[in-house]
Order: sequence, then structure tokens, then C-alpha cells
Amino acid sequence: MQQSQHNRQIPAIRVTDLRKQFTLHNQGSIEIPVFQSLNLEVLPGECVVFVGDSGIGKSTLMRTIYGNYLASGGTVEVQHDGTFVDITKASPHLVAAVRRRSMGYVSQFLRVIPRISTLDLVIEPLLGNGVDPEEAKSRAISLLRSLRLPEALWSLPPATFSGGEQQRVNIARSFIREYPVLLLDEPTASLDATNRETVIELIKAALNKGAAMIGIFHDHDVRDAVATRHFDVSSFKIDMESAA
Amino acid sequence: MSSQATDAARTANSNSPERYYTYGYLDEQTKRMIRRAILKAIAIPGYQVPFGSREMPVPYGWGTGGIQLTAAIIGPDDVFKCIDQGADDTTNAVSIRRFFAKVADVATTEDTAEATIIQSRHRIPEHPLKDGQIMVFQVPQPEPLRGLEPREMETRAMHAYEEYGLQYVSLYENVSAFGRIAATAGYPVMVDERYLMSPSPIPKFDNPKLHNSQALMLFGAGREKRIYAIPPHTTVRSLDFEDYPFETQKWEESCALCAADDSYLDEVVLDDQGQRMFVCSDSHYCSDRRAQGFRGPMAGHELVDIDKDADQ
Amino acid sequence: MTLTAQQETVDQADQPLLRVHSLSKHYGMITGCRDVSFEMRPGEVLGIVGESGSGKTTLLNCLSGRLTPSQGRVEFNASRHGLVDIYNLSEPDRRRMQREDWGFVHQNPRDGLRMRVSGGANVAESLMNLGRRHYGDMRQASLNWLNRVELDLSRIDDKPRTYSGGMQQRVQIARNLIHAPRLVFMDEPTGGLDVSVQARLLDLMRELVRDLGLAAILVTHDMAVARLMADRLMVMKSGSVVETGLTDQVLDDPQHPYTQLLVSSVLQI
Repeated sequence: MQQSQHNRQIPAIRVTDLRKQFTLHNQGSIEIPVFQSLNLEVLPGECVVFVGDSGIGKSTLMRTIYGNYLASGGTVEVQHDGTFVDITKASPHLVAAVRRRSMGYVSQFLRVIPRISTLDLVIEPLLGNGVDPEEAKSRAISLLRSLRLPEALWSLPPATFSGGEQQRVNIARSFIREYPVLLLDEPTASLDATNRETVIELIKAALNKGAAMIGIFHDHDVRDAVATRHFDVSSFKIDMESAA
Repeated sequence: MSSQATDAARTANSNSPERYYTYGYLDEQTKRMIRRAILKAIAIPGYQVPFGSREMPVPYGWGTGGIQLTAAIIGPDDVFKCIDQGADDTTNAVSIRRFFAKVADVATTEDTAEATIIQSRHRIPEHPLKDGQIMVFQVPQPEPLRGLEPREMETRAMHAYEEYGLQYVSLYENVSAFGRIAATAGYPVMVDERYLMSPSPIPKFDNPKLHNSQALMLFGAGREKRIYAIPPHTTVRSLDFEDYPFETQKWEESCALCAADDSYLDEVVLDDQGQRMFVCSDSHYCSDRRAQGFRGPMAGHELVDIDKDADQ
Repeated sequence: MTLTAQQETVDQADQPLLRVHSLSKHYGMITGCRDVSFEMRPGEVLGIVGESGSGKTTLLNCLSGRLTPSQGRVEFNASRHGLVDIYNLSEPDRRRMQREDWGFVHQNPRDGLRMRVSGGANVAESLMNLGRRHYGDMRQASLNWLNRVELDLSRIDDKPRTYSGGMQQRVQIARNLIHAPRLVFMDEPTGGLDVSVQARLLDLMRELVRDLGLAAILVTHDMAVARLMADRLMVMKSGSVVETGLTDQVLDDPQHPYTQLLVSSVLQI
């Protein structure tokens, strides 16, 4: 995916004045504020790493960008098919299309669906975008090999795999297709040093091709290896005393 | 009553005081109602027309539908034939024939060609029917889909909207169970390419006789209170699959009495050793052929005609 | 799937398959469902979740042409008529559309199958209803589908009366998919089944929906089933839709008090 110098100036993600709070109606409608007036731009080829104390809302911010959480205010614009799509206001159908083609999300946990084999899980994003099954399979195999997932596991559903094995399946599934935008939430949490290295390689390769990434990394080594810059979420925390 | 009086009653004019029954047994208004249903049925070939079925001297299941049809159309100039399983001399055929002889003052016959009205249970005569003849069928269940769809509202909708896929399900079951469409009687037909109809439990051997006949075919179900009809020269097609086409029954044997090889044969067990013979189901057809000189291998066994004197 | 077929799907995906406008159904003073509006595209699975009395079954019946609404419109992109208000069609046309373009999987297989007719015939009936008249082809298609829903093929000629609940439901699924419908309605399709049977069936359904690019409307009270099967959710309470959105959003960040209650009530094992 070649990006011209000119294209690299148009952000892939543009967050403007974003606000998020949770209202728990069944607990006396208490409000849990998370952040407000949050602005962020991520350019193609950048890897922005969210930093801040635990519980500050890094994961919440990422999920809000993905559309998994609803924004309480502001906009989240993502590049899709040559234009910006505001995730906070787009129809569910459009958000689903953005997720299918333009924005990927690597969570810590692999949602395990019974009876679907590792190989089928990994090739699913390609099949959903019209790639030939045989071609998809060979790409999946080379990716699983590079992640050192034993061949014996490829035809098995991941339900009984170890945390690290599941995580590698997750990584393969997320990197098999070149997403222009990729959100990574603790992608190396359960991996050993060697596999962490492999993931770093994958991330770097994708960045070189012009992917825009946002990452949350507990592991400082990985973070330092891939980060273009840090983004401190705690600076947008809603001040409890002065909150209106 | 003395036999003289009985004779007098039987031969009295239709409307004279000696008559002990209304002409044709049914009152005039009932006959009128039934005739109107018949006209409607003729106007919509194969469509089941509801009618006010009356209590008859026999219970439901004994031909009340056919009897009411005959009663509504019969007149003193008619010649009436009645068969049951093809034979004129079975108990029920004899009863019904005598009944109409008494209440309608009609001549009766066993000769298919002579008859103007032929009431039948389970067969169509072998001798081809002609213009001016009327077949009256006794029907136990007029709704061909009833076996698969018990809901009346649903079957009515199916007929109204020409949704007949379900009938093929029954044929499918046949083929999957027996390797062929094994239904041998009451084989469903499409009338005038519009309505699905049960031809009453005639053997499928007789189905082709329904198609483009010169005669008028009337069907009556007394218990279910329905009348339907096939006017002369109407298209009647038996249902089948493309790869399992409609076929009629065939026998290896010919009639043991008259050597006919083109009629529907009944199997008759002769003794406890399992001896059997095949005889024409249409008794008149068989006797007619024998009268013409045709002889089968068992022709020496004369079937006693019990009733020959009783009708005179 | 070739690229061109996929491109077609993408283009087609912009045509709404189903458009519902302000659909309401009242039974005198009692509200079955109130003012429901939404759109569906080909290949989408919409989950309608709610507890007993929420109006979800009433809504499903109105959507599937079985219950005339008091107000509102249901427009469907029918193969024969194009986008049409289904209640403006004549009854024979609507019945034919239901047979040609739709499937309906009932919660109780007895409602969706003919119990006195063999499993194979139940499945082939969908084809016979479309005018197919070649026994051999239909039997083979029926066999293929029963194989696909993982039914023991030696049982194809047995009556569904002799099957287990899970097997009956498989036959129902096959019967409702064999004619390649555009839209399948499912009313608690795994409701009465054992947990392990349910898991396998849901799996199967998910695979079929994905492989065939089916659109489906799935009514359920089970949030786990909704999470697994649906792309989008509508949450119903007392006849109204209280929340709607992508499945993961509605379940992970519920906004409406009732949705929050539902989600927090789901037992974790």
C-alpha cells in the first residue's frame, strides 16, 4: 500500500472534542465521567501509544474510537473509502463496513466461537472481503508459522488453547489483512519474548506500509520499539469537583 | 300390504295419491337446491360446491352423496344402472337400484350402453360412455389434501390460490417408501388445469376415462356435504413427477371367464390351497363378452346370477 | 467467493432488503408493539431481544406477514415485485412471496414441520411448493441439505415424530433454507433445547448464515444467543424499542436503563 507524501498529511483518525461518561441507571443513575474535550489526530504510518495510569480510560477511549462504546459528545472521524466517516453518528451498517474494511481491532481476549478452527478464524477477515479461500489459507499458514503456532493446532478450535496461543491466533487474525487503521489493546500481554519480537516486526511492517495505529502496551519494551509518540489520556480526565 | 297393492303403489303415477314416496324420495325444494349446486359444479369443473346434504335412509358412508345426486336428476324416462366395485349384483348396488326403481318409477338395467344414469362406487365401466350419459360417483372424502392438511381453512385457501405443492408431498412419500407412485386408488387429478380433485376411490386404471369423456361426471359426498363435477370434454390430468410418470395397472393374466385383456381385473381366491383366478371387475362387460362368444380358461365356471329374477 | 460476486454483494448491500415504518399493533387497549421503524440490508442479522411481554413476537408476526399491523408499513424487496408494502399485496401474492423469498423457523418444530410426513419430504416440500416436479433432483437436494444440517442420512425417510428435538429443529432449518430465501425469520430457534444441542445448532446456523449471505431476523430472550448471532440488536420493552445499535455496542455499553438491567442480569458461569 503505497502512500504518497501528500497523503501522509491527511489523518487516518481525527478525534475532536470527544467526551465519554457512563450513567448507571440501575444504581441510582450515578455518572462515571471518563474524559472530555479530547482531541487526537493519527497520521498514516504513525503509532500513537496511549499512556496514563491504570483505569484512566485508555481502553475506554480505544473502544469509543472503534464504536464499541458510544461517545457522550464530540466526533470520531475515520478514513474510509477516501472520505471521513464519523463513527459517533454513522449508521450501524456503515460502522460495520468501516470495521470490515478500514479499521481493525486487536483486543486482549480472543472471542472463542465453538467449532470454528484456528485456520477458519484467521482467514475469516479475508473471506469477508472476497479473497479466494485457497489464497487466504496460504497467507494464514505463513502468518501462523511466523508466530510459531504449532501446526497441530491449526485445525482445532482455540477454546482449549493457552492464553499465549489464543493471543497469537488473535494477532494472526488481525494482521492477515492490511487494515489502514489498527487499534491494538495489549496485543502482547500473554506472549513470550520471541513472539513479542515477531509481533513488533508485524507492527513495524504494517506501519511502513502506511497503516495508522493506536496502541495500549503494558510492556515498555514493546511500546518503545513501536511508538511514534505517546498520548496521555489522563490530561483529558474529567475533574470531578469542577464537572458541571 | 298385499302384493297387488304393492304393485299398484309401484306403478302409480308420480303425483297420484297411491304413491307412498315423493318422486325421487327427496322433496322438490331439496332437489332444486341440489340441482343448483350441480349447475355451479359444472360451471367450475373440479370445484367442491357445498350443499345441504339430507338425512337419507342409509347412514353416511353408504353412498348418500351419490343417492342424493341421482335423486335430484332422475326422471321417469331415465334408465338407471348401479354398480359397486364394478358389479351390478353386489348387495349395495342391488339395494340402491331397487330403491330408485321404487321411488322414481324408472327402468333399470345392467347394460352400460342402455343406461342414462350410472351410479357407481369404486369403478367406471369398461364400455366407453357416450354423450347424454351421466356418471354419479359416491365419494367418501372429497378433499384430496385432507390426509396431509387437516385444517379446512387451509385447504380452502390452497384451492382458492391454486397452491397444490402439498399434493406432491404425498406422491413423494410414495416414491420414497415404495420406489414408485404406489397409490392405486383415489389418485389425485387436475381438472381443466385449475382445480385439484379427488376422483373418488376409483382405481387409477380408470383415471384416463375421466379425461375428455363424452359423459357428464358428477361426484357427491353426503357426509362432507360437497358436490363436484367434470363436464363433458374436460381436460383431466393425473399428477406425477417428471421422472415418475403416471402409469396404469397392468395384469399378466386375462379375464378367466371372458379372456378380456383390456379390463380391470379382480383377484378371486378359489380355495384354501391358494388357487386364484382373475375376473373382470365390470360384471356386465364380462357377461356381454361371454354372450358374444368370448371364452376364458375358467369359462366353464358359470357365476350364478342371484338377482336375475328379483328385478322383474 | 470470487471478487466479482463480492462486488455485487457490496453494491446490492446498499439496497434495503426490508424497510419498516412506524409499525404498531394494538389489541384494543393493549399495545402489542408501538412505532417500530428500522431498515435491513442483505446479509445482515438483526436480533430482537426482550423478555416475555416485550412485544417481540407480535413484532415478528407483523414483519413476517402473519399479523396485519394497526398502523405503519412493512416494505420488502421481493424477488417478484421489487420493493413493495407486503400488506398491499393480495393474499395469494403474499403467500407466494412467503414461500419463495422467506423462511420462518418456529421455536417449536411441531409448528414448522409436518409431523406425519418423512423428514426428507418436509425439506423437499419447499421445492415442490415452488413448482419443482422432478423427484430425483428434489430428493438429492433434500439429502444434501439434511447432510448440511448434520442429520443422520439414514433417518431421512423417518417421520419427525421419531426424531429428538434437536433433530427436528435441524429439519426445520433445512426446510427453510433449501429454497435460498432472501430473509429468514427465527423465533427462539433454540429455545427448548438442551444446552449442548443449542450450542451446536447455533454454530450451524451461524455458519449457514455466513456462507449463504442470509439476512435474518432473530427473536430471542437469550443475550448470549444474540451476541453470537446478531450484527445488530433491537431491545424491546412493553411494546417499544428502547435501544438499538451494533450488537457489541448495545451489550458492552448499554445506554437505556432497561438494557443495562438485562445485560447485568445475565448469569456468568
